Amino acid sequence: MKPNSNKGKTFDSGFQNLKTAEKLNSNNMVEIRDLHFTRNSRVIFEGVNITVPRGKVTAVMGPSGSGKTTLLRLIGGQLIPDRGTVLVEGQEIPELSRDQLYRARRQMGMLFQSGALFSDLNVFENVAFPLREHTQLPESMIRDLVLMKLQAVGLRGARELMPSELSGGMARRVALARALAMDPSLIMFDEPFAGQDPISMGVLVQLIRLLNDALKMTTIIVSHDVQETTSIADYIYVIADGRVVGSGTPETLMQDGAAWVQQFMQGLPDGPVPFHYPAQDYSNDLWGDVV
Amino acid sequence: MILIKRMQLLGRSGLSFMGDIGRASLFLYQALVGKPDWVHGFGRLVQQLYSVGVLSLIIIVLSALFIGMVLGLQGYTILVKFGAEHALGQLIALSLVRELGPVVGALLFAGRAGSALTAEIGLMKTTEQLSSMEMMGIDPLRRIIAPRFWAGQISMPVLALIFNCVAILGGYTVGVEWLGVDTGAFWANMQSAVDFYADVMNGIIKSVVFGTVITWIAVFQGIDCPPTSEGIGRATTRTVVYSSLAILGLDFFLTAVMFGET
Amino acid sequence: MKMRTVEITVGALMVAGILSLLMLALQVSGLSHFFREEPGYRIKAEFANIGALKVRAKVSVAGVVVGRVVKIQLEPETFNATVWMAIDPMQVDKLPIDTRASILTAGLLGDNYISLLPGFNETEFLREGNNISIGNTDSAVILEQLISKFLAGQVSASKNTNNSQRDQ
Repeated sequence: MKPNSNKGKTFDSGFQNLKTAEKLNSNNMVEIRDLHFTRNSRVIFEGVNITVPRGKVTAVMGPSGSGKTTLLRLIGGQLIPDRGTVLVEGQEIPELSRDQLYRARRQMGMLFQSGALFSDLNVFENVAFPLREHTQLPESMIRDLVLMKLQAVGLRGARELMPSELSGGMARRVALARALAMDPSLIMFDEPFAGQDPISMGVLVQLIRLLNDALKMTTIIVSHDVQETTSIADYIYVIADGRVVGSGTPETLMQDGAAWVQQFMQGLPDGPVPFHYPAQDYSNDLWGDVV
Repeated sequence: MILIKRMQLLGRSGLSFMGDIGRASLFLYQALVGKPDWVHGFGRLVQQLYSVGVLSLIIIVLSALFIGMVLGLQGYTILVKFGAEHALGQLIALSLVRELGPVVGALLFAGRAGSALTAEIGLMKTTEQLSSMEMMGIDPLRRIIAPRFWAGQISMPVLALIFNCVAILGGYTVGVEWLGVDTGAFWANMQSAVDFYADVMNGIIKSVVFGTVITWIAVFQGIDCPPTSEGIGRATTRTVVYSSLAILGLDFFLTAVMFGET
Repeated sequence: MKMRTVEITVGALMVAGILSLLMLALQVSGLSHFFREEPGYRIKAEFANIGALKVRAKVSVAGVVVGRVVKIQLEPETFNATVWMAIDPMQVDKLPIDTRASILTAGLLGDNYISLLPGFNETEFLREGNNISIGNTDSAVILEQLISKFLAGQVSASKNTNNSQRDQ
């Protein structure tokens, strides 16, 4: 009941900027236009455009340090862009007041790379945490909801464990259950596959796809694991050097003519991204002093 | 040329210092201002009082006992030269209530509770627990920082009071039980010398100030630390160093204001 | 269960803190004197100079503490100091009206206190609000004055001896 009434509220406040909302295709959950972002005088994004359609799994790929996590933080309003718009459900995220932002975030779930479970609470309490904070539900209902979410990720039996007793894959699944606790309409995954063994990787891949379809959510995945991502994503953006260098469905992207995208998608050691860090000439470096 | 560079450096560090102070103040404002959640807030406060206050109790009590005993021993050997060993109670009580209780208590508190607070919050930041809380639409400043801050502020004077009492009893043990100072003279001299408002209350005020400063420094260093394991280590060290310096500096200032005119 | 121990220990900490405060207040600083009104009846005495006498200084008869100084004020007309004392009736009930009050010093460097020397009047006694007039009090002995008097006396004495030697 609660999430629905919240959704109504977010739509109401969304109508405040009706003009921008009208211009948008309402099928799009997230729209990013001409995004510029600089951190510590380092340019992270210059002119990024990304559209996330409702109900689909959209992946953002790119090499390490290309600002993928930063992108998620910009969508979540934890960072403010220098220029450009970030629209989530028609709301201009950077211009929301603190209270509006906190309300908007209840519609978002985010899964951090490390899982980010609260280390002083057990699995059950971790999943119950957002429910306890945001709702006044009776204890029995919280229990039912938490067990349902844990069942969805297959960890109902692990409810008494502490986060330190969980394996990496299990921790991520608990974090997923927690992110789902408030029934968000948008869920973001930050490197969900990094450092996972093949089995937990397979479990996560399946979970992300299944939950997206079953709960009618919109999913954004940020990752550099090409194989897993292409297997579940509906649409992929590849970003590098602060720009979108390629986009399309997994199939079209694999056929993409751009050399950079080819190198990234196929994991070639040498190409537009050189194997060698910039250095002076090798033979000069070795023999220069002797000759 | 070198002079200009030095000046630039000085100016830059001055500006960054001011920036730090400003950020720390804003942070405190954000954490504490706003409608408190009495129902949940009290439970969280109790939880933090446990980890900040109760867990510091053992080190406080043990140190107090030894400091009191040393004071008794040293005070006695000095006073006995002037035939004034009956003033031992006065010496012990005044030095404890006015200075040692608040100051040594605060130094121990900074080492035990302050560093633990910084490490805990720094770890929460490093493992993205704070970020994920923020993404859940829960303000980590109010949820995490505020109860820890209040717990520190409440625990410090309580611990300082316990420190004073235990140390006085330690001094009593050594002075009266072992070295044979007269019990009556010990307490009577103490009572005539120590004034409740001027000495005990001012000592409590001192420890409230110290408690505020220590927890403020500790939680700010935790929130402000770079999210790496090295960053946590440095922030923890900084908490202890900064709080110790702040305690001693403020102590001089407060002593000058409180006891300066008499 | 774990929450319960947390609550109990925190409660114990707080109780220990309050007990410590009580001990500091009562046993260490002797605050009990502040809380309750000093018992007994009030008499006052007028002194030309009270030296370093403070409120809460003791009042004694024959060395036995019978009361405390409760208030000190300056008489605006005579520029004398009026000292109010609370006398414990359990200790001494009938102080003759011609009792003499002197400000003495405990030891060489100790605090000032008031010593009462009972008089001989056996019919009238000091009652609540009665006054020991300035004629019946001895002011505090100021050490500096004493020294300067002593030095002056020595000078005049030596002058006298010189004169007498010259006479011879």
